Amino acid sequence: MPRASAPMPMESVSSIEAEAKLALIEFLLTSMDMQESARRAVDWLVAHAPVEQAVVVIVETVSNEMLLVAEHGVSTGVIMDFALSRDDTKHPLVQALSSSEPVFISSLPAHFRAPIDARAFHVIPLRAEMHEPGQGLLLASAVSPQIDSETLWLGRTLGKQVSRLLSRQLLAETRFGQERMLLYSIINAVTDPILLTDTEGKLIIANSHAEKLFAAPEDSSEGWRRAVGLNNMLFSAALSTSAVGMSELARRELLLVDPLEGSDLLFELLSSRAKDERQGTFVVSILRNVTDLARAKEEIEESYRTLRVAQAEVRDERHRLDLIIDSVADPILVTDQEGDIVLMNTPAERLFSPLPGAEMDAALRRVRANGANLTSFVSNVLTRSGEQRYRGEIQLADPVTGRPLPVEALAGTILSEQGELMWVVTILHDLTEALEKGKLYEQLKHASEQLERKVQEATAELAEQNELLRRQHIELEQASQLKSQFLANMSHEFRTPLNAILGYTHMLLNNVTGQVTEPQRKSLSRIDSNSRHLLALINDILDITRIEAGRMPLNVTSFVVGDLVREVMAELEPIIRRSNLTVTSKAKTPLPNLRSDRQKVKQIVLNLLSNALKFTPAGSVTIQATYDRRAKQMAIAVKDTGVGIPLADQAKVFEDFRQLDSSPTRGYGGTGLGLSICRRLSQMLGGTIDLASVPGQGSTFTLRLPARPRRR
Amino acid sequence: MKTTREQPLVLVVEDYQDAREMYAAYLQFSGFAVAEATNGVEAIEKAQTLIPDIVLMDLALPRMDGWEATRRLKSDDRTKDIPVVALTGHALAGHAEGARQAGCDAFVTKPCLPDALVSEIKRLLDRPTGTPEGRPGRNTKKRS
Repeated sequence: MPRASAPMPMESVSSIEAEAKLALIEFLLTSMDMQESARRAVDWLVAHAPVEQAVVVIVETVSNEMLLVAEHGVSTGVIMDFALSRDDTKHPLVQALSSSEPVFISSLPAHFRAPIDARAFHVIPLRAEMHEPGQGLLLASAVSPQIDSETLWLGRTLGKQVSRLLSRQLLAETRFGQERMLLYSIINAVTDPILLTDTEGKLIIANSHAEKLFAAPEDSSEGWRRAVGLNNMLFSAALSTSAVGMSELARRELLLVDPLEGSDLLFELLSSRAKDERQGTFVVSILRNVTDLARAKEEIEESYRTLRVAQAEVRDERHRLDLIIDSVADPILVTDQEGDIVLMNTPAERLFSPLPGAEMDAALRRVRANGANLTSFVSNVLTRSGEQRYRGEIQLADPVTGRPLPVEALAGTILSEQGELMWVVTILHDLTEALEKGKLYEQLKHASEQLERKVQEATAELAEQNELLRRQHIELEQASQLKSQFLANMSHEFRTPLNAILGYTHMLLNNVTGQVTEPQRKSLSRIDSNSRHLLALINDILDITRIEAGRMPLNVTSFVVGDLVREVMAELEPIIRRSNLTVTSKAKTPLPNLRSDRQKVKQIVLNLLSNALKFTPAGSVTIQATYDRRAKQMAIAVKDTGVGIPLADQAKVFEDFRQLDSSPTRGYGGTGLGLSICRRLSQMLGGTIDLASVPGQGSTFTLRLPARPRRR
Repeated sequence: MKTTREQPLVLVVEDYQDAREMYAAYLQFSGFAVAEATNGVEAIEKAQTLIPDIVLMDLALPRMDGWEATRRLKSDDRTKDIPVVALTGHALAGHAEGARQAGCDAFVTKPCLPDALVSEIKRLLDRPTGTPEGRPGRNTKKRS
């Protein structure tokens, strides 16, 4: 142990030195043990003098043997090899016994041995008085030939003690001491910590390794001391529990703390009891460091656990796979290269495994037949090694019922990493349903075709009827045209004789054939007027016929309405003059030109005016033309102060052959077709005719026409 | 080419005897000389030989109709200046147009009272010569 390097004040140093010496002397005085005394002295020497190795040798008086009682820093081998007798007088150590002064040996001659490793050492004879022969020797490694005062002091002090003790002690005890020392040295040489304790765990002897764990040097750190305290506690606890009922070797684990590193150290504690009759029961404990072992064990356990988990996972995986395969309704089989089944799900088992317990020959035969069919399919797959998928149909039979079972087989091959074919996986799909569906589909198709044919027939019939209707329609149209044509022709044929009747009557009335009498004139006038009426009827019928037959073409021009009104009034001038009525025309100027069929507009206005004149006994008739700019509509109103028409009859006046007085002797002329024709014509021109009338006050007929014809 | 006659000569072409004789009687009564034809062929022959002052032509005729006869008269240098008054029972616009195209100078719809016919004939005869051909005459259609 190195000394404190800082120089200290002299007084202080000497006072500390004096105290240490005093303490050693006190110890030695109370000690009765040679071994103990020598050991304490050596420790003091090493601590206080420049000495690294020190040995105490005592001469046994009976045998003259020189025995080692204490050492420090000397290797075990050197101690064990040492043996020297006092009779070997030539030995420098024996000679040193009788020397009055300490002897310095710089190097021992080759054939002599000394119980110290150092080449140079001082030998100090141990004796009570200077003149007496030495009873022992103190060997101390030397740093210089000059011996220091501390070593000299210790030599003297220890000499006195040796002398004092030797005078009482038994020789045997000295020998025992040497053996004990040897034992102690051996214990120290063992690398495992070894301890000798009492039954409470109180430390008696510990080797250096044990001291590291259980004893803290005085100047050690706080952490070190605490670790040591903890270790002592743990050790005592372990010992006390294992001591209960323990007679044999106890083996247990003990976790301690490395005081220097602070890390955990795991030890195996082997402890056994040793009985000593003099001093009672002791416990010898050997601690074997198993920290690394424990760590290795832990690792093994961990990998084992991992392995177990992996195994469980594989098992689960397999279980899941089984569940999945079994849950598929279609049979699934896995076969090897030989075509043997290595795996199949429950539906497949129904087809390819003999029923357990069922001895039915037929069922067994069917299972075998199924298997043979499957094998031939799989062998097909194997020969087509190039393809990954193979599809085919197999005829199987239900083993129980024998019902034919056509299936579609879909096979896939599983290759090893080297590309060798390992397994063939085959999935079978029941085609029974598909075939039945196919049959149903065929039936449905047939029914659908029949339906289609019927629809086609019905359609053809309908088309035929349509064609018939179309022809009938054409025929009807033709008939209608023929009717119109017939009426047109007929009216023409009527006219020819009527022309003659009118002409001759006229000639008679004009006295072409001689003067007629007044009664003759009256009769001729009747013939004339009736002929004219008949002609008017024929003309009107011809007009209506032509309108209805669509043979009244429109001739649209632009014209001035005022001119047209004047023309009409001029044409009816003779009748107006005879009627004694006031006839006026008004026009809200300026009127735009009207685009329409001038002749037909004139015919309508002519008719309306002649009607007004006819049915107005007295008063006036007014023709008024107005233009509605917003509606782009021209209105020509003929207003009279005549007999008027009751509201209930107002619609009737536009009907064919309708005069309100329909008696044969009616007072008013006309065919009764005039207004009917007017309305038809106005409709042709895209216009209307309205009537407003109060009986006894008069009527107003209004023709409304678009300013220009609408396209229809 | 006009012959100097006391009375203008009217060629009445009409297949219906009663009508033809009626118009003839009334025209004579009204101071015209009258020649008669009953069909288109006869009308052309008479027109070429007699060179009447005016022709009253019914359009619906046997053998050759009035339109054709009129076209022939108007394409013959001897007869092309003779005015032709068409007479028809059909009051259709197409008839009047067809008659005009054929070269008729006027158009009268039957029934036509004798004095109306006479006044129409007088109107045409009084027309100054050189009046462009085919100029539409006044429509004398009468109603009610």
